[in-house]
Order: sequence, then structure tokens, then C-alpha cells
Amino acid sequence: MLRYIVRRVLGAIPVLFGLSVILFLFLRLLPGNPAVAILGQHATPQLVAQIDTSLGLDKPLYVQYLQYVWGLLHGNFGASFVDGRSVASTFLVRFPATVELTIGALIFAVGLGIPLGRLAARHPNGWIDGAVTVLSLFGISIPIFVLGYTLVFIFGVELHWLPAVGQIDPRLNVTPVTNFAIIDAILSGRLAAVEDAIAHLILPAIALGSIPLAIVTRITRASVIDVSNEDYVRTARAKGLTEKRVDDRHIMRNAWLPVTTVIGLQVGSLLAGAVLTETVFTWNGVGSWVVTAIENHDLIVVQSLILIFAMIFLAVNLLVDIGYAFLNPRIRYS
Amino acid sequence: MSGREASILVLPTPRASRGLWRDALSRLMRNGPALVGLLLIAIFVMGALFAPVIAPYNPTVGVLMDSMKGPSLAHLMGTDLLGRDEFSRVLYGARISLTVGVVAVAFGLLFGVTVGAIAGGAGGKVDAVLMRITDVFLAVPGILLAIGIVAWLGHGEIQIILAVGISYAPMFARLLRGTLLALREADYVTAARSMGASTPRILLRHMLPNALTPLIVQATLALATAIIDVAGLGFLGLGPGDPRIAEWGEMLTDSARFLQSAPYLIFFPGAAITISAIGFNLLGDGLRESIDPRLKR
Repeated sequence: MLRYIVRRVLGAIPVLFGLSVILFLFLRLLPGNPAVAILGQHATPQLVAQIDTSLGLDKPLYVQYLQYVWGLLHGNFGASFVDGRSVASTFLVRFPATVELTIGALIFAVGLGIPLGRLAARHPNGWIDGAVTVLSLFGISIPIFVLGYTLVFIFGVELHWLPAVGQIDPRLNVTPVTNFAIIDAILSGRLAAVEDAIAHLILPAIALGSIPLAIVTRITRASVIDVSNEDYVRTARAKGLTEKRVDDRHIMRNAWLPVTTVIGLQVGSLLAGAVLTETVFTWNGVGSWVVTAIENHDLIVVQSLILIFAMIFLAVNLLVDIGYAFLNPRIRYS
Repeated sequence: MSGREASILVLPTPRASRGLWRDALSRLMRNGPALVGLLLIAIFVMGALFAPVIAPYNPTVGVLMDSMKGPSLAHLMGTDLLGRDEFSRVLYGARISLTVGVVAVAFGLLFGVTVGAIAGGAGGKVDAVLMRITDVFLAVPGILLAIGIVAWLGHGEIQIILAVGISYAPMFARLLRGTLLALREADYVTAARSMGASTPRILLRHMLPNALTPLIVQATLALATAIIDVAGLGFLGLGPGDPRIAEWGEMLTDSARFLQSAPYLIFFPGAAITISAIGFNLLGDGLRESIDPRLKR
């Protein structure tokens, strides 16, 4: 097992190296003087000189690259030229909001997707199955931002059931400690604040979770149908076990494997989807920061965020693979 | 006894296969959801092609007096802030979304197939290097790669095509390479090799045609996500950036502020994106089932 883990971790190194080279060139290969191109309309002689020194543009390319990687290894992802703050420090402030949103979306997708998939698999091609299939087709076809605005319109504007903007009502004056709105609300010790933070999370989580919901439902359905046709399931039924026991002990135990893998793979789509979701719901996470950075032409931030997102994605995939190998020993030896 | 023998004798002999593609086509024509998908796509293609004939108004010129009018007989989908007819804009938007989506997927397919064919055909070190490069691009999740590329290349339709195309290419390269590696062991490839066929000939004439099916299915499904991604870029302000062009994603951003007073300005372009994506998803699933009937969902 340990050898498998080491092999997988080592396997991620060439990818990280390649990413760092491409993202390094991302800024250097901009047309014209990179500093001017990075700054765009904001270019002033002072700022150009500042960017020149911070990126080391006066040195040979390989020295610049080594400096860049050396910085990355020390957690230095560069600084935004708009507010001068380091990318790493702003990231740490904004990331909890994105994690909160992503977890909310996962809970929605998995919590609803697995029961729906099991329900659909019980009577394949029945009317419930048909309805679930249509729902999942809709889920993968509707863009996050279209679903997001639709939810805002129905539940925010028309029904006034749920808040549609931000993470928590600023009038509640909850002091940010962890920057996880719900945890901060719990720390404030006021039930109203906790309720408010959860209410703020519902609509964005549904919008972001729609695609994973569709995929988890489909995979659960397919996986359960697959396992249900196995001989050992028939044997279990023939032994006279109750339907519930067959379902829990014989079908679901084996159907879980592909489902967990797919759930892990969804993290990538959730991170990318956060960019759109956070924009719709004015959610102060990393996703909306990408958009602000692009609007400000803050390319250093854009470059660093792409790298950080990719690193998170790689790390999660690695964890999923290791978890999968843990559950299924056949994987380790291939 | 004799009756049973007779019934065995009259058992219908299996119909002779008329070839993979004709069989697949006849199965597709009997696949209800796929036909619905095809119909939806046809509606949008027709709308895009005949936009100048169908559109009742000029999509880029508005009448300020008619600003923000709700749907009516004169303006089926209402008018936007500048008094432009929303229906005409949705129609012309289909031109941008469909062309950019299709061309982007075609570009990604061409790029990916080239890389995948070289990697899967050559194997060894070439394969290892190309696949590591593919891994690098696959490590950037979803639309984020396209966002980065547009941020780098700047605004414009060509830039969006390149960005979305490049972000899809690794998936196609991976898929083709995997199929090719599996096919290398196929008996007919060994047979061709033993008859002295050259490597390029084996690759182009024997392996590629057999590796095409998963690519075609994946490309059709990719059209759905490409349309969504193109709209997503437009929504994020990375669209064509040309006020003379009506693009579904940009139309949504422009109207988001008026969600309360004019929800129809969000609803119609949003529905256009969703319905065209549903069309390509239905067709893609149907293609998958009809090309390989064992893979029924």
C-alpha cells in the first residue's frame, strides 16, 4: 500500500513541473514587454519597474524560472499589483468560503443523488426511473448561472424564502474568525446567525451541485443495476434474506466503489463551477476572485489561482485514488 | 414431435448485418430520445441559418422608446434595456453559440486526435511524453483552463474557439490513445502487420476507423458542454466583446441586474442554452446506445 502511495505521489511531480513551466511562460510570453502587458492600461513607469524587479524580468529566462519555483516552494505565489497584497494571504482569507460552498454542493449532490439513483434502479425503465433520467439530463444541461438566476428569481425575488446574495447578513455583525460563515456564526453563539448562514448557503449549493447531482444519480443507478444482476445477489435472495438486507449488505456494499470514485472526480467540476456560482451569488470566495482578477487584468493573480486550483484538484484525485486502492486491493498491483 | 421440429425449422435466421454504420443508423432512428435531441438541434440550426429571414427586428439596433418591454405579440420575448428585440437576439445568438461551439469541438477533436494517434501509434517514450503533457492540461479543472487561455489571448471569437478547443483536446487525446492501445493487440492488426502493412497504414486504415466510435459519441456530448462553456465565458465577461454581436452568455450578464423587473431577459437566453445542450446530450447518449447496443445507459 505504501509503495502504491509513494508511486502515485511521485507521479504527480511531472504534472506539477509541467504546470509550473506553462504558467511561468503564461506571463513571460505575453506580447511585447511582459510588465506592460501584465499591467495593461494601468502601466506607469513605477509599476513597470516594480513588476520587472518582482518577476526578475531583467535576468535570463531559466534564472527567472528557478526564482519562480523557489518562490512557489516557499508559498510565495506573487502579489496582486492592484492591491499589492500577496496572493497567498488573500487566498487564505477567501478559500474557506469556497470550501463551504463546495461542501454544501457535495452534500446536496450526494445526499439526493444516491437515494434517487437507488430509487431509479429499483424498477429500471419504470416511471420513477424515467423521471430521474429526465431530471439528471436537465441537471447536466442547464448552465450553473442559468439555474442560479432561476433559483434567485423563484426563491429570492418572488417567494422571499431564501437570501440570494452573500454568505451572511452583515447586519448580524458576526466577527469573521475562521471565515467559514457557518462556523463563525456558531462561534458567535447566536442561533439566528447560524440559521442565516445556512439559509445563505442553500441556493448557491443547489446551483453548484446540479451537475454532480446528475452524475452521482446516473452512476448510482447504473452501479446498483449492475450489481443487482450478480449471481451472489440472486443467491442472497434465494436464501430468503429480506429485501432490505439484500439491498444494504449485498448490493450497496459493492455498488459504493464506482460511486465514491465519481464523487471524488466531481471536485474538479465543483472548483471550476465555483467561479460561475460565486459570481451569480456575490459569494466572496476564490471563484469570484478569479473573475475580479480577470476584470482588473490582474494576470499574476489569475496565473497563481489556476496553479492553486490545479494543485487542489491533483491532491483530491490522489486522495480518491489512494482511498479507492484501500477499498479495492486489486487496484494496487496493476 | 414433428410440430416442434417444424417450429425449429421456421425460426428466423438472424438478419445479415448491413455494416456497423447502417445498423447503428437504423437503431438511432428507432431511439426516441435521440430523435428528440436531433429535432431540438435541427430547430436551433434552422433558427441560426435563417435568422435574417425569421428575425422580426435587427438584433443590434434598438428603439429606446421600447426599452424593457415584456413579451408581447410585437416582441415575442420582450425587449432589452436598449429596446432591442430579445427574440431576434436569441436567434442571432444561436449563430454565435452553435458555430463557436461546433468549431471549438472540431478544433479540439482534430488537435486531440492528432496527439492521441501519435501517442497511441508510436507508444514508448513518445507516448509517455505526450501523455504527461496531456496530464498537465487535464489537471486544470473544467472551464478554468479556457478562462486562463482567454485571459491570455484576449477577447474575440477566435480566441474563445482556441480556448475551448484546447481545453477539450486532452480528453480526446486520452480517449483515442486508450482505444488504440487496446486495439494494438487485436487479431486483425496482427494479421495486417504479418502481411507486411506499414505502421502508418495499419494506424490509418485499420486502427483509426475502429477507434472512431467512442470519439464520435464523446464529441457529440462535448458539443453540449462546449455550448455551456462558451456561454459561461460570455457570462464572465470573456465573450466576443463586440457589442454588435448577440451572444447568449453576454445577454445574461447584461440582464442580471434586471432580474426583478425583467426576468424574461434571463429566461429566454438561458432556455436557449439549456435546450440546445439537452439536444446534444440526448443525441450523444442515443449515439452511444446505437453504436454499441450493449452500453444501454
